[in-house]
Amino acid sequence: MALSQTEVLAGLAEIVNEETGIDTSSVQMDKSFVDDLDIDSISMLTIVMNAEGKFGVTIPEEKVADLKTVGDAVNFITDAQ
Amino acid sequence: MTRKLVVTGLGATTPLGGDVQTTWRALLAGESGITTLEQEWVARHGLPVTFAGQAKVSAKDVLSVPETKRLDPSSQFALIAAREAWADAGTPDVDPERLAVEFATGIGGVWTLLDAYDNLNANGPRRVLPMTVPMLMPNGPAAAIGMDIAARGGVRTAVSACASSTEAIANAITRLQSGDIDVVVAGGCEAAIHPLPIAAFASMHAVSRNNENPAQASRPYDTARDGFVMGEGAGALVIETEEHAKARGAKIYAYLVGGAVTSDAHHITAPDPEGTGAARAVIAALKQAGANIEDVVHINAHATSTPVGDVAEYTALKRVFGDHLEKICVSATKSSTGHLLGGAGAIEAIFTVLALHERTAPPTINLDNQDPEIPLDVVTSPRKLPEGEILAISNSFGFGGHNAVVAFKSAN
Repeated sequence: MALSQTEVLAGLAEIVNEETGIDTSSVQMDKSFVDDLDIDSISMLTIVMNAEGKFGVTIPEEKVADLKTVGDAVNFITDAQ
Repeated sequence: MTRKLVVTGLGATTPLGGDVQTTWRALLAGESGITTLEQEWVARHGLPVTFAGQAKVSAKDVLSVPETKRLDPSSQFALIAAREAWADAGTPDVDPERLAVEFATGIGGVWTLLDAYDNLNANGPRRVLPMTVPMLMPNGPAAAIGMDIAARGGVRTAVSACASSTEAIANAITRLQSGDIDVVVAGGCEAAIHPLPIAAFASMHAVSRNNENPAQASRPYDTARDGFVMGEGAGALVIETEEHAKARGAKIYAYLVGGAVTSDAHHITAPDPEGTGAARAVIAALKQAGANIEDVVHINAHATSTPVGDVAEYTALKRVFGDHLEKICVSATKSSTGHLLGGAGAIEAIFTVLALHERTAPPTINLDNQDPEIPLDVVTSPRKLPEGEILAISNSFGFGGHNAVVAFKSAN
């Protein structure tokens, strides 16, 4: 059964927290990975990889650059399930 | 030496304890940090050696989750030791451009490398973690420390197998004597208790196979010694100019008065049986210290518990000290800690510094029948060191024919 947007957000927040230490409550839909959360490119790639494993989706490499905000990632994962 | 150098901070995580004081007290109590490995991979691979000196405190219990995910275990140990040393030194206020790191490893990020290869085989290249390269590189531990304390005066990694971290301390002297640097965090680490290095060291018959009695397996100078015992962990020392330390009112453990590195060019793994390269390193360290051989009262020996190595070191020491060797008390602390490879010299330098600071040489355990070919005065229970100005040295030797020696002088 596909996860809801809220469930994907919660799961993604856990991944971000484990990789970067950023509090899960700071990982909100409108936040930019780079500008708001200060996540570097290598951490972003690790987060994408862990998200693929956790949600059973494939995020193409060329798509990663388009995932500017947490919401972009959540929506992509939700749709791709 | 033109500038006097002092040790102002100590940090360690070892098979005996998660910090310096716990480790030192356990060492003085004659404890062993060597235990049977309970990991499932020991039986799965049918490893011929089933024990090691695992870190007493898991790095995961000390560091944050992101730190444990982004750092190889070797860097995790390094960071724990360096943070303790830095805090112990009083978190020095130092110009970042005059702060350097000299932090060694023998093998590097072996867990990261081999896990990544397993992952590649099982899941393909898209599952190889992006952090793999910075995690496995041998300068990873030094770089992690450098970022943690904002060292901008240069971060370097000596790699000379089991001599690595003693070489790193010797290199710290060079940095500080240049006049460009006031404070160095020096030391080394290792986290190689992984089935491949265990199998490889066993394959070359370098390690003990005393699987029945792990705590008695590391037995330097004993007639029944049959190889070294792998250990893991890290040691770190804050070393600075006396001028800098006194200006900030720091406590001083000891003076770092000499450090030297030589090489045998004899054999890739066997020590030179004549011990000339090792002897040259001892002499050069004492020369830098401006000391006479009679000033040396204590040696923390390399003494890994291999049949050949322990004798070769004795030969080298006899070559240097002659009859005075009888008056020097020798501690072989790998009997308790196992052999931390690239971290060994660092924790043994710490033991040497504490021996001077507390005027107590730590014991060598498991010495039941001393090899008659090695007639050293081996310390088997904590031994009081003489009053007055005294000198001690710590030796490390590594595959590749590396010899490194550091000399410390009492400060109190």
